Amino acid sequence: MIVALVLVLVAVGSVAFHLWSPWWWTPIASNWHFIDATITITFWITGVVFTAVVLFMAWCVFRYRARPGHRAAYEPENKRLEIWLTLATAVGVAAMLAPGLVVWHQFVTVPANATEIEVVGQQWRWAYRLPGPDGRLGAVDTRLIGPDNPLGVVPGDAAGQDDVILDGEDLHLPIGRPVKVLLRSIDVLHDFYVPEFRAKMDMIPGSVTYFWFTPTRTGTFDVLCAELCGQGHAIMRGRVVVQTEAEHQAWLGSRGSFAGLAARPR
Amino acid sequence: MSEIAHGAGGPIPAAEVPEMELPHPHGWWSTYVFSQDAKVIGIQYSLTAIAIGLVALVLSWLMRLQLGFPGTFSFIDPPAYYQFITMHGMIMVVYLLTALFLGGFGNYLIPLMLGARDMVFPFVNMLSYWIYLLAVLVLVASFFVPGGPTGAGWTLYPPQAILSGTPGRDWGIVLMLVSLCLFIAGFTMGGLNYVVTVLQARTRGMTLMRMPLTVWGIFTATVMALLAFPALFVGAVMMLLDRLIGTSFFMPMLVEFGQQLRHGGGSPILFQHLFWFFGHPEVYIVALPAFGIVSDLISTHARRNIFGYRMMVWAIVIIGALSFVVWAHHMYVSGMNPYFGFFFATTTLIIAIPTAIKVYNWLLTLWRGNIHLTVPMLFALGFIVTFVNGGLTGLFLGNVVVDVPLSDTMFVVAHFHMVMGVAPVMVIFGGIYHWYPKVTGRMLDDTMGKIHFWVTFLGAYAIFFPMHYLGLLGVPRRYHEIGETSFVPASAQDLNAFISVVALVVGAAQLLFLFNLVWSLRYGRESGPNPWRATTLEWQTPQTPPGHGNWGPELPVVHRWAYDYAVPGVAEDFVPQNQPHPAPGHAAQGHAT
Amino acid sequence: MTAALLLIGALAAIAGWWLARHGIAAKPWLETGPAVDLRPDDATAGSAARIGLGVFMAVATALLVLLLSAYSMRRELADWSPPPQPPVLWANTVLLVLASLALHRAVLAARRGDRDATGSWLLAGAGASLLFVLGQLLAWRQLAAAGFVLTSNPADAFFYLITAVHGLHVLGGLVALGRAGARLRRARLDALRLGVELCAAYWHFLLLAWLLLFATLAFSPSLDWLIALCTAPFG
Repeated sequence: MIVALVLVLVAVGSVAFHLWSPWWWTPIASNWHFIDATITITFWITGVVFTAVVLFMAWCVFRYRARPGHRAAYEPENKRLEIWLTLATAVGVAAMLAPGLVVWHQFVTVPANATEIEVVGQQWRWAYRLPGPDGRLGAVDTRLIGPDNPLGVVPGDAAGQDDVILDGEDLHLPIGRPVKVLLRSIDVLHDFYVPEFRAKMDMIPGSVTYFWFTPTRTGTFDVLCAELCGQGHAIMRGRVVVQTEAEHQAWLGSRGSFAGLAARPR
Repeated sequence: MSEIAHGAGGPIPAAEVPEMELPHPHGWWSTYVFSQDAKVIGIQYSLTAIAIGLVALVLSWLMRLQLGFPGTFSFIDPPAYYQFITMHGMIMVVYLLTALFLGGFGNYLIPLMLGARDMVFPFVNMLSYWIYLLAVLVLVASFFVPGGPTGAGWTLYPPQAILSGTPGRDWGIVLMLVSLCLFIAGFTMGGLNYVVTVLQARTRGMTLMRMPLTVWGIFTATVMALLAFPALFVGAVMMLLDRLIGTSFFMPMLVEFGQQLRHGGGSPILFQHLFWFFGHPEVYIVALPAFGIVSDLISTHARRNIFGYRMMVWAIVIIGALSFVVWAHHMYVSGMNPYFGFFFATTTLIIAIPTAIKVYNWLLTLWRGNIHLTVPMLFALGFIVTFVNGGLTGLFLGNVVVDVPLSDTMFVVAHFHMVMGVAPVMVIFGGIYHWYPKVTGRMLDDTMGKIHFWVTFLGAYAIFFPMHYLGLLGVPRRYHEIGETSFVPASAQDLNAFISVVALVVGAAQLLFLFNLVWSLRYGRESGPNPWRATTLEWQTPQTPPGHGNWGPELPVVHRWAYDYAVPGVAEDFVPQNQPHPAPGHAAQGHAT
Repeated sequence: MTAALLLIGALAAIAGWWLARHGIAAKPWLETGPAVDLRPDDATAGSAARIGLGVFMAVATALLVLLLSAYSMRRELADWSPPPQPPVLWANTVLLVLASLALHRAVLAARRGDRDATGSWLLAGAGASLLFVLGQLLAWRQLAAAGFVLTSNPADAFFYLITAVHGLHVLGGLVALGRAGARLRRARLDALRLGVELCAAYWHFLLLAWLLLFATLAFSPSLDWLIALCTAPFG
């Protein structure tokens, strides 16, 4: 009796916690509201299943508790029932998987007009590189990394001369323009994580990974590292400022290029 | 009547199982220490696993103290915190859960449940335990070397694991990798035994489909482990070479704190593939024995045959096979080829179907049962709640695009603790309360058991259920403190403090359990041979605890499946597996032993 | 990981076939009496050892195949430059074939009950295997002398690692072979036969494994077509 009651309380309490607790995801600031929608669908389906399972269990514990003279029913299997349950489960799983795969297809399909920017992780800070007026990022080589060239941009590459390098500064992005974020690390794994953007991806030394998104809300957002990268993992912070196109152009104009950085007297 | 081949004149006589030549112990040392008896080895495995598990428990307290009350405990600095989480994770997954289910329960139960005298290779079996013990000692040694144990996270991802930004880089990681290699070598010896014993040493009449689900679970998990652990072995050896000799299997060209390293050309993601090719089956290596054991607990204590036995067996086998083609769902945001996401999300969600069938069949076993709310049954119920909860959140993380925002957050921590931490541990407790009488001849104390259950179950649920919502907020995992952010409200810290307090209480309840284990050894009620009135063979031994060789002069002969509870027309509500069917004409007369 | 998946697929197929033959679809609650035991009648300690060796070889295969998987995953990256294969590897391959043949002859001799011939063939097999191991060491020395060392690049390191793992399996086999040889005179004939048969089976496995490894290291057969086939629906 008490056991059944506690089980009911667990089910009801979990639903109540879900509905009324103050802890929920941060307001989204990118185009990935479909991801939130998929999570919501999944919450609905799994929530119904969880509640049903625990309540059914509670009912069984109450209804079929051991009493003098009571005896279990002997029933090795019930094929029909099991087939129906399997089919129902398959439908539920498909209802979660199908939207998930559709959204994933969007996630891995970068729009042609996306601006490429680069995020570089290292223990334990962020650096960024934006393309200059030519709209292209220059080549890089890890061997060239040094005090004068923190990201290892190849000096001989014309495309890299006008690149804007942000070392230890905030990243600025214009609102409404799709961004393809190229991710690079020069030491260990990191993960460029802005909770409001929903999207994230690990950065792997030795290769370039990517994801894309479109900022949809202006503001300043925290950047965290989401892949354990050593003892400074939790303090590897940065900020992204999403601003209007005009503000962004003004800001960009105030930054020096790679060529300027390299020519700077020591 | 029967669906399997019978001769015209009744059943064909079964193949005789030849008598084993058992190594007979001489004296105290070979009886209790260097024993080749699977029962003693099982107990040795269990006690060692519990002992190292206590270390993991203390580590979890320490990390919860830090998370709940950041800055209060000055000795828990970031390096120490990372060392705690790493050792906690590795100990729990490998040295406790795997060792206890396969080495502990497997050794004790497989020969007894199959009517064998012992494992088929007793000497190798003994060696398996001692190598396991050595692995544990090497692991523990890493607490005492300069620099302390590794703080690379239990996933040990390179390059981080062997670079100087990670604590324990000098010796900790080396000892960890060596210990894992030893563990795998030792496990392989044990695993060979479990597999061959199941294939070869079953007693007369014990067909595959008459084996209790416990044996099915342990057997399938062992087969999986034998094939999955080599991946970890390969990864560990390659990382050792990278660390000690300077090869570059996993090390690309790096600039570490402004310093160019001599490595070049390696692939960090290669390690992740190897690790998770082991790591995902590992989840089921822990889960399948739990599935099997909990099936037997539910059936016995609900006095009802397990519902859909065949489906249960098939589901175990199918889950075992499928678990080898889902590993990259741990790597959706690792930067691997994004198109893999379609394949692995699909396989991952498909695995939910056989798993769901198992849950339904547990529920349908309770349904129309005769449920005795004994302590093992309570733990089984607790298992179902936590496993279903954790399994369902797995559908979030397995669905590739949903995983993107949730990966590497506290949601993941909550998910895997619920599904492969709390749930299997519930089964371990249930199993210990269930089989302790067979091992010792005495019952564990019921009142202490019930207190232990309620605190553990409700406490663990209160720890891990709200934790999902921290992850939803965006709190990353493996942060010793969240620090200043714009998106985490201050109330989240209150929740963290609450979780920490509950964690301390739940931990303390485990001490009560340990006390019960010791106390009942002396003062527990005498159990008799079959206190739960169960059908499986281990309860039908001539002696309790079973003697050397398990059975008397004659091996038992199996006449029926393991789940003849409440058989219509039989007075007793259970019929042991070794009880013959009544001769035709006396069908209505059941008799209990 | 294509190779690892193929191995798992093959093993799953074998397991499925075996389970199907052992009544995985039976309804045990309908059976009465000690059912027919589908194991072969000679369920003796010998066949436990045989199955044990079979399981062990499956584990060793998994280990080697995973190494090969890692190797082929790394090979797909752009900067792959494998070391040259020293010609002595061909001679080593021949030696291992001879060892395998010798052990096969040892089995035949043991079945005849001819202890002397068994001993000679075991010795021949062990000798050829030792020469194989020495030959592998020679290959290492030649490579190292040519400047291809463990730390020079991952391709070289893979060559050393894979040959070392295989070589260790050969050495482990030699220990078992030595034990079988040591009991040549006093073992019962069936025990001797079993021991020799197990050694021979293991040597055939070592040979097959080596041929697979050598083929991969020297000729780099590619499974790209298979990956293309599998990923085509998603491309």
